[in-house]
Amino acid sequence: MLSYLLAIVIITLIYLLLSFGLSLQYGSVGLINFGHVGFFAIGAYTSALLALSGVPLLASFCAAAIAAGLAAWPIGLISLRLRDDYFAIVTLGFSETVRIIIVSEKWLTNGVQGVPGIPRLFSSLPVGFEAQLATAALLLLVCAAAAFTIWRIINSPFGRVIQAIRDNEDALKALGKDPARFKIQVLMLSAALAGIAGAFYAHYITFIIPEQFVPLVTFYVWMAIIIGGVGRISGAIVGTVLLMTFLEGSRFMRDFIPGVSEVEMASLRIGVIGLLLVLFTLYRPQGLMGDYTKR
Amino acid sequence: MTFEAVDICKAFDGFEVLRNVSMSMPLDGLIGLIGPNGAGKSTLFSVISGFMPPSSGHVTFDGVSMNGMSASTRARAGMVRTFQVPKEFSHLSVRENLMAAAPGQAGENLTGLFLRPGLVRRQEDGLRKRADAVISFLRLDRVADSSAGLLSGGQKKLLELGRALMVEPKLILLDEPFAGVNPVLIGEIMERIRELNGRGIGFLIIEHDLDALTRLVSRLYVMDQGAILAEGEPVAVLADKAVRDAYLGGEA
Ligand SMILES: Nc1ncnc2c1ncn2[C@@H]1O[C@H](COP(=O)(O)OP(=O)(O)OP(=O)(O)O)[C@@H](O)[C@H]1O
Ligand SMILES: [Mg+2]
Repeated sequence: MLSYLLAIVIITLIYLLLSFGLSLQYGSVGLINFGHVGFFAIGAYTSALLALSGVPLLASFCAAAIAAGLAAWPIGLISLRLRDDYFAIVTLGFSETVRIIIVSEKWLTNGVQGVPGIPRLFSSLPVGFEAQLATAALLLLVCAAAAFTIWRIINSPFGRVIQAIRDNEDALKALGKDPARFKIQVLMLSAALAGIAGAFYAHYITFIIPEQFVPLVTFYVWMAIIIGGVGRISGAIVGTVLLMTFLEGSRFMRDFIPGVSEVEMASLRIGVIGLLLVLFTLYRPQGLMGDYTKR
Repeated sequence: MTFEAVDICKAFDGFEVLRNVSMSMPLDGLIGLIGPNGAGKSTLFSVISGFMPPSSGHVTFDGVSMNGMSASTRARAGMVRTFQVPKEFSHLSVRENLMAAAPGQAGENLTGLFLRPGLVRRQEDGLRKRADAVISFLRLDRVADSSAGLLSGGQKKLLELGRALMVEPKLILLDEPFAGVNPVLIGEIMERIRELNGRGIGFLIIEHDLDALTRLVSRLYVMDQGAILAEGEPVAVLADKAVRDAYLGGEA
């Protein structure tokens, strides 16, 4: 039981890293990114494949962050100078492209069969509770560092400019600052966080397949930050915890709702999420954690 | 060291707003641009500053063609404009608006922010002092820490001017800087403009307050219906028959 709870904590913290990035992008510079899972996938495969070829985990994790961050650069470059809504479409297309490349480049990724036997973190500790606890502790540390980094950015000259971008892009351009440059930096930073999340995921689950990186993951993260409140660290935390409680809880719920199969339950879950998103957008667009107009 | 606009044309859906507008000024000049409402003055600013592509024509700045340059690139090249309708950063305080305007901040890069914290802190201290000097010059002390979105119309115009002053570029394009500003302050702003001009910063100023403007500038361009109607020394231009008919209602 304890180990099951720890497993949920670990997955929640991994999702929290994803939420931090998406929340920063949308909350600070209004980027609507529908392809966050693509950076998660790049991080997972980069670290997994490097580790399997003998690279130490510390280096493979760094490589995951860098690879995901760099992948964001051309995306930002081609789409951020266009209208905002193109960005949503381009990113969605990007994450699906990443998944299809993973499926088709079998020589590298083993295609739909996936990558098995990815080394665990803390492999020196006995498999089970201790290793899990250490992983959770490390993740907690990384999440805290990410939260601190974001807080530091928001309360800096950089943060001042990204607030200015939300208020009036034209005025900023007239002063000689290029909004796209700042958006690209935010995008790359969030992507790097997603890459780290992907590395943790790969080395925790130890077996990754392309099906784990479908757009639904991105939309789960969107749901978390919309319910919790966009643009706030506390919003990302509350939303992610609620999302995970719901996803896990709905698994048990099936035992109490008679005559519902696993497949039907999955649809029901998505239905409930859709309904919640509609209700929140209508009645509490600022999410549970309050007012986001101030930084 | 000149700024030049050559044969600028601009049409919106076939409606010609600018017709072969050409103007030229030394980069340290102090030039006025007047004309009736709808003459195309603000549109000319938008084309010059890169916010709108011209239908034809080009702009050169300091000998470099600015065609195809984005608005922010032009501003970095040394040409900063203000807007007739203020575009304040409404959720930033007045002081933050001014600080955000300053160029060359290490803390506006994620690498600089985390790798050179000492430099960022020193720059911030310096910027805060410069911003506070602009604030007291523009008499915005009482609202220095208020959100800019809450300012009055006139205060927003002052803030718009203040941000351009924080940049200290080579050339400042001001779109009606005196509109809604009280007379005493207009006099002081004119003083400041003269002083900056003395230090080599050029100004091109759109203004309907002809009394103030003619005392300030050394040359005047007059636009009407999208074309340059006259240019020259202010007193002579205002005495011109065509200018009086188009702009001054032909009185006296
Ligand atoms: N984006 C636009 N689309 C269509 N027409 C426009 C646009 N911008 C300006 N115009 C038209 O161009 C003409 C010139 O406008 P502009 O704002 O340049 O005048 P102005 O000389 O600055 O006048 P004012 O002194 O009243 O500020 C006006 O008739 C206006 O309706
Ligand atoms: Mg105008």
